[in-house]
Amino acid sequence: MSFLSNLISGISLGSVYAIIALGYTMVYGIAKMLNFAHGDVIMVGAYICFFATMRYGMHPIIGVLLSMIVCTLLGIVIDRLAYKPLRQAPALAVLITAIGMSYFLQNSAQLLWTSSPKVFQSVIGNGSIKLFDGALSISYVTLVTIVVCIVIMIGLVLFVNKTKIGKSMRAVSEDKGAAQLMGINVNTTISLTFAIGSALAAIAGVLLCSAYPTLTPTTGAMPGIKAFTAAVFGGIGSIPGALIGGILLGIIEIFAKAYITTQLSDAIVFAVLIVVLIVKPTGLLGKKISEKV
Amino acid sequence: MKLKTMNKTTRSNMITYAMVIIAFVIVQIMLGTGNISSRLQGQLVPICAYIVMAISLNLTVGVLGELSLGHAGFMSAGAFSGIVVASCLSQNTSNEILVLVLSMLVGGVVAAIVGVIVGVPVLRLSGDYLAIVTLAFGEIIKGIVNNLYVGLDGSGLHISLIKNTLQMDGGKVLINGPMGLTGIPRIASFTVGFILIMVCLFVIFNLVNSKSGRAIMALRDNKIAAQSVGINITNYKLMAFVISAAMAGMAGVLFAANFSTVVASKFDFNTSILILVFVVLGGLGNMRGSIIAATVLTVLPEVLRSFSDYRMLVYAVVLIVMMLATNNPTLKNGLNLAWSKIAGLFRKNTEKGEQANV
Amino acid sequence: MKMKKKIALGLVLAMGLTMFAGCGGNSGDKNAAADNAGGDTAAAIKVGGTGPLTGGDSIYDLAEHHGAEIAEEEINAMGGVQFELKMEDDAHDAEKAVNAYNTLKDWGMQLSLGSVTSTPGTATSDENYRDSIFALTPSASATTVTEGKDNVFQMCFADPNQGSASAQYISDQQLGSKIAVIYKNDDVYSSGIYETFMSKAGELGLDVVSTTTFTTDSQNDFSVQLNDAKNAGADLLFLPMYYDAASLILNQADAMGYAPKFFGVDGMDGILTLEGFDTSLAEGVMLLTPFSADADDERTQSFVAKYQERYGEVPNQFAADAYDCIYALYQACTNANATADMTAEELNELMKEQFTTMTFDGLTGTGATWNENGQITKEPKGMVIQNGVYVGM
Repeated sequence: MSFLSNLISGISLGSVYAIIALGYTMVYGIAKMLNFAHGDVIMVGAYICFFATMRYGMHPIIGVLLSMIVCTLLGIVIDRLAYKPLRQAPALAVLITAIGMSYFLQNSAQLLWTSSPKVFQSVIGNGSIKLFDGALSISYVTLVTIVVCIVIMIGLVLFVNKTKIGKSMRAVSEDKGAAQLMGINVNTTISLTFAIGSALAAIAGVLLCSAYPTLTPTTGAMPGIKAFTAAVFGGIGSIPGALIGGILLGIIEIFAKAYITTQLSDAIVFAVLIVVLIVKPTGLLGKKISEKV
Repeated sequence: MKLKTMNKTTRSNMITYAMVIIAFVIVQIMLGTGNISSRLQGQLVPICAYIVMAISLNLTVGVLGELSLGHAGFMSAGAFSGIVVASCLSQNTSNEILVLVLSMLVGGVVAAIVGVIVGVPVLRLSGDYLAIVTLAFGEIIKGIVNNLYVGLDGSGLHISLIKNTLQMDGGKVLINGPMGLTGIPRIASFTVGFILIMVCLFVIFNLVNSKSGRAIMALRDNKIAAQSVGINITNYKLMAFVISAAMAGMAGVLFAANFSTVVASKFDFNTSILILVFVVLGGLGNMRGSIIAATVLTVLPEVLRSFSDYRMLVYAVVLIVMMLATNNPTLKNGLNLAWSKIAGLFRKNTEKGEQANV
Repeated sequence: MKMKKKIALGLVLAMGLTMFAGCGGNSGDKNAAADNAGGDTAAAIKVGGTGPLTGGDSIYDLAEHHGAEIAEEEINAMGGVQFELKMEDDAHDAEKAVNAYNTLKDWGMQLSLGSVTSTPGTATSDENYRDSIFALTPSASATTVTEGKDNVFQMCFADPNQGSASAQYISDQQLGSKIAVIYKNDDVYSSGIYETFMSKAGELGLDVVSTTTFTTDSQNDFSVQLNDAKNAGADLLFLPMYYDAASLILNQADAMGYAPKFFGVDGMDGILTLEGFDTSLAEGVMLLTPFSADADDERTQSFVAKYQERYGEVPNQFAADAYDCIYALYQACTNANATADMTAEELNELMKEQFTTMTFDGLTGTGATWNENGQITKEPKGMVIQNGVYVGM
């Protein structure tokens, strides 16, 4: 029974990683950049929802929508100011700019909202489903997170594969130059990707803080890095891979704590990651790209 | 005159050496005349350590062309092993320089060994996958050091992991798990830091201009082409990676020996990223750029203290603006134009000056 | 290549400018200090301290900054010895703390508040010792802060005192038969208390059935730790940590229907003022803390009222510790007839003498004394949370 209950804890932690990883992998797959500021957009999303629902007493759904709108706008502004001017620059330059953006968001949040933690009231409610006379419990937050994850994943896959914009996104991801020649506006496509990624970040922020309710300006940083790890684990750029990678990472983390030692759990998680990548160098579902001279 | 007849790389290298030496002399004069703020004086050794970190990471990222996000891990391995040695030695000898040099050597060797352990599996990967594995190793090193207990008493060293089970007979605890190193003999000096920078520069410049260096750069520019002319990928990659790790280890010892305490969480992902920022801002493969960027970005947050609460915000903005200014084509052209104008003015002035002199 | 050179040159210029700015800023400060000395704030003793104003740990510093400011104003309004207070950011990092300390030294700091947190505190106290600048730290509680330094004193309990006092208290009051401990094993404060708690618990024969840890990186999910405690049948959970992590533990324990007694240390204080926190979760939580904002003595009430009026929140024990620090320095300076034109070394000698002999009454305890090592002796108060407020046990 304790195994099952650990498994459930693992899945609920993993589902939070997964939902963050979806945003990461979406941006990476198309814009080919590691957006280190993603975790901080999540934090902003959570703050917006917190203020909307707690301070101004709005309905949680309105709070979530509001934070999605704000984050989308924020994503567009960030892209316009910091990333768009660097479309032709080396990938590393964009990476450093993203890190600068991450510092900027964290420090702005601290100045605006102070660093004293806020306790986020779950938008879903604190209840849980009890099984086997209460020996096992699955919280509503976990259920909603998993459902939202799957819905977003399917939605993204359909969007990327079936719509016209999705098609141009795939084209941009394959070959920017050729896509441009075919009349695709590469700049707009990438900006759109950021907008979608940021909207996903808002949802992730709300769900992250519903599950683990302490909200500070650095809330997004560590889950951001873990989610990045999850995205790589599943094969970065692969949308189903992000989901699987996230959930597996959560399960491994909880199992390492429960069955080995709580002291070294992070080290164990990363060790498993290394082993997986050595065996499968492009992650679980990553595409192997053949190299040409 | 001789400077003009030298080939371009040698000349550039000489300028870099000269720059470091001049900076050293200026600082020494400032120290000698007491014309230096305590703040800057306190930062001298950390600046040296960060410069060595930056040029060593530049060897991995700029010369070898592989992104590493775990460079602070090597710094940590070097710092903790080196300081343990320094603590042991300083009980027997009072020659601080000797202790520091020996412990730096040990720190370098330990970091190099860790470099081999990390490098063998990691270097089979490439690109972002390699980056994430180096990040993972950095975190693993942090996790292990965080749970490491090392004590020294009459009967020698005691080591335990996870639980503090040291059977100590008096003596003192050197590494105390999460509390890290405390009571470090503060033996680091600016002069040793300066010498370390010079040695590292010498090693890197000579490596880059050697047969091995050219092989490494060929790997960076086109792996398959390099492979097809018979370059052994793994060996050369590992070579650059391990040299880089060893230098980071030595920088770690220098850094730690400047403070009375160092904890494992100091050498985390954020520190690795900070070093990477130095490298990218200074220019990939450009050692002089790394040195300058490391200095500027280490001093900058302190200078920004007058902005008080807005300090780190300003730092972030400066970082973004610097990246845009150096990488955006439009801004770059604008800067070029401004630069040539300034240079033009300057040239005119000097010409005038020369005429006046005549 | 050409471009790179230009960038390099540009950077050199920038470096030159920053260094220049550094010197400029410095002399500016000196001028400002000279102006002050000649102005109406005649002859104020300069007190400086470092603390995390930015980053994840800044919650501890703001409270102290505010507490110290209130004390400074009250004292300056009284006439007598005058203080000029300055706090610099150390981002909870030893290296930056030394930089901050040196900045304060350039400013002309005569007395020091050390650092707010323990790791930076260990680094700066070593500087204090070398430079003979007296330090009284509000909350850097590790023993390494004061160890071997005769001029560094603490206003808070040292970690070992808290750990052993907690074990003693639990044993005396027979609060629990089976005890579980969760601590943060990459944090000096938390693991320091844990170690002394365990050794004292061993002496007293307390039955510790479960010990688990977490780190900054895994500070969100506590299901494994709580399950471990629950399965071991623990009826008392000892939480030597700060309130941000503790609030998550209370929340998750409640969600899984596990309700042991909770016992915290002084870092737990502040949990009731967390915005959005459901205080009913903290019902029955016990903690050892030297300060309670609900105490009915006049000084505490006036401090709490001033604090609330100015900063809009209830002060926690960090604010009170810092407030007491400034008052303790004031008392010592007044007793020793210290004046602002004394050098830091002269003040250092006077303060060392005063602090080892004087008795201090503050918000965080009355009749406090210090031993030669700089550690404080005062009575910890056991508090329990009932109906959202602290009640003495």
